[in-house]
Amino acid sequence: MSLQPETFRSLIKVAAEQVIASAPELTTLDQAIGDGDHGSNMKRGCEAVLGKLDAISAQPLDEALKMIGKTLVMTVGGASGPLYGSFFLAAGEALSHDKHLPDDLADVFGSAVDAVSARGRSHVGEKTMLDVLVPVLETLKAAAGQPDLIARIRTTATDALARTAPMQATKGRASFLGPRSIGHLDPGARSSCVLVQAVCASLEGKQ
Amino acid sequence: MTETVSIVIVSHSQDIAKGTADMVRQMVGSEVKVAFCGGNPDGGLGTSVPLIMDAINDAWSAKGVAILVDLGGAETNSEMAVEMLEPARRDLVVVCNAPIVEGAVMAATEAAGGSSLAQVKAVAEELSAD
Repeated sequence: MSLQPETFRSLIKVAAEQVIASAPELTTLDQAIGDGDHGSNMKRGCEAVLGKLDAISAQPLDEALKMIGKTLVMTVGGASGPLYGSFFLAAGEALSHDKHLPDDLADVFGSAVDAVSARGRSHVGEKTMLDVLVPVLETLKAAAGQPDLIARIRTTATDALARTAPMQATKGRASFLGPRSIGHLDPGARSSCVLVQAVCASLEGKQ
Repeated sequence: MTETVSIVIVSHSQDIAKGTADMVRQMVGSEVKVAFCGGNPDGGLGTSVPLIMDAINDAWSAKGVAILVDLGGAETNSEMAVEMLEPARRDLVVVCNAPIVEGAVMAATEAAGGSSLAQVKAVAEELSAD
């Protein structure tokens, strides 16, 4: 898995466009157990990223990731802004400190996931985006270098998202619903799944 | 005039943020600087990191700034805004775990007496104690 500048640019574009396309679905999920703004918030953030695509893809990878993170922090407008923002800021920060792709992909992704956990003071099993990101990290560690890595990540993300439905939320707005949050997919886990699937699809197309 | 700790109010709703600031000004007077913000970057319900940073800088006091928030995203975005301030200011801003209206009034009352940032935060947070 190599990451050329053109690959990175199209990867960001595909990921942002996929999130924007999924905004109505994210809103529907968030109306069920949150405040209904996850779709419009993520759409606004991803549109801002697309608006800066030239500037972002002109940067070295670490700075580009930090620019994506900062853009999301400044434009999303909900808790998902700092959460996704911290993910990309931490990934960029890891690459600025002696981590390199593709060899250190799991380490870099791990730093990013840790930043989400710290920002949200949340852990796996609480019906959040971490319930997709942490299983993906585990697959990244377990299957690093394997030829079927991308396929395994796709399956992991889809299965992990489905497992958020029976969970009871204990973090975020959904926790106000208590047991009534059970039976609904988590909107943040869904947007994380959309992002992971979009990145995988983009990389498959470039292999 | 001696400088006091300032208060910043961050709500998902611009109306709630403004109304809370109005109550603080009426009950505590103008000796404590109060800034507020509400709404997402498009003006809908939500919170916005750049608006929170502006409010903190508008209300800036060398004695510190206490932020009162409503629901979860306001807290997360306020914590993010504090981290994005210039380094010299970050340690002088705290997010209080307190109800927004009562917390803002109690914090401003305590600040008006010349209390430290830690004291202001503690008084606001007594409202959340069991």
